[in-house]
Amino acid sequence: MLSGNFPILTGLDFEAGPGEVVLVKGRNGAGKTSFLRAVAGLLRITRGSASVLGVDLVANPADIRHRVGLLGHESFLYEDLTARENVDFILKATRSDMSKAGSSLSSVGLTGRLTDLRVSKMSAGQRKKVALAALLAREPELWLLDEPYAALDSWTREFLDSALNSRVAVGATVILVSHEAHHGSLVPTRVVEIGGGKVINDVSGSDLYQVGPQVTAQKRSGHVA
Amino acid sequence: MWRDALLIAAKDLRIEFRSKVTLNLILPFAFVVLIIFAFALDTSPGTLQKVAPGLFWLAVLFSSIFSVDRAVAIETDDNAGDGLLVYGVDPGGIFLGKVVSVFVQLFLLEIFLLLGVVILYGPKIGGWLLMLASAFFATIGLCAAGVTYSQLASGSRAKQTLLPLLLVPVVSPVLLAATKAWQDAFAVTSSLGDPWLRLLIVFAVVYLALGAIFYSSILEG
Repeated sequence: MLSGNFPILTGLDFEAGPGEVVLVKGRNGAGKTSFLRAVAGLLRITRGSASVLGVDLVANPADIRHRVGLLGHESFLYEDLTARENVDFILKATRSDMSKAGSSLSSVGLTGRLTDLRVSKMSAGQRKKVALAALLAREPELWLLDEPYAALDSWTREFLDSALNSRVAVGATVILVSHEAHHGSLVPTRVVEIGGGKVINDVSGSDLYQVGPQVTAQKRSGHVA
Repeated sequence: MWRDALLIAAKDLRIEFRSKVTLNLILPFAFVVLIIFAFALDTSPGTLQKVAPGLFWLAVLFSSIFSVDRAVAIETDDNAGDGLLVYGVDPGGIFLGKVVSVFVQLFLLEIFLLLGVVILYGPKIGGWLLMLASAFFATIGLCAAGVTYSQLASGSRAKQTLLPLLLVPVVSPVLLAATKAWQDAFAVTSSLGDPWLRLLIVFAVVYLALGAIFYSSILEG
């Protein structure tokens, strides 16, 4: 892939299956966000091969987009629309079940007058909750979450974990980028570390275990998380 | 594509209705252009009646730059444009939706501006049908070219400067043809067979087609 004329993610070899929760780690600028955007079909892959949910990402990146849910640094919301209008718009655009909008907003704690509040008047955490409500109502097959816990209160973090666990239980895949030490109930089945555009550590199964409440990945050869 | 176009148009018009940028900022700006240019030329009634169509379309052209810039800026705030792509919205539908939304805003602005022209300059209008038809197609041409070039310029850090630089030369045929068609409309002998109207129709159709085809590449480029 290219960022301008600069090649990024030049040697990334990665595979994830249904029901997996993959925690992607790496230093600033390692290419984590670019990786998620590429998987979502938003960054064109210029060399190599890639397939997501059976769709060829190199040939048809647009075909995968409506099947993935991307929650990134930006919330993709319209400031002059209310929380409810934003969620309604997203559900209409994705041809999803419109009846889930209200319940989805209330599930993240946005009820009453908050649903009729313009996004421009909301805090960063509330905006993230609106974006999250839209994602929950859409129920994508692949969840791409870039620092999803940032700006969220502890209640919403735990709610997000529990919602993701229920999706994973029915076969959804979650790829999560997070710098934060995680204390919630969402336990990664795998930890992948990206550096220099390549996967430099990929830890799963018996190599991945929990130490106390904090999920830590440890490979016998070295610490990666 | 049409379903997506209606969705985008409805969303953009709702945002415009909320923010009232056209009403509070672009409409007063268009009136200022109308009046200032008249002062700069000549304040005698004969001259003003003669140049009224040109002044009107100049004001519409300048206003359209702000309108199309804003229509595209809606999608760059909070990277909402990427959101549209992730939701699977057809890029052609995004283009047509934005054209419809800006068209509605500009056409309403033109109605108010025309009232201003009639009150300030007092021209006699003979061919209402030609005037309406030429305004319709000129506005479509301005919107289609404007949305396309505004999206093209949106990736640049100097987009506010780049957009007029790109757009004004491209839409100069619209400015010329719409002015000439309105001058003809102000004459009693005008008809819908006016050659300037035909030019406006061709421009509108060509830019609608080009935008619908290439908007995807521009959006993702």
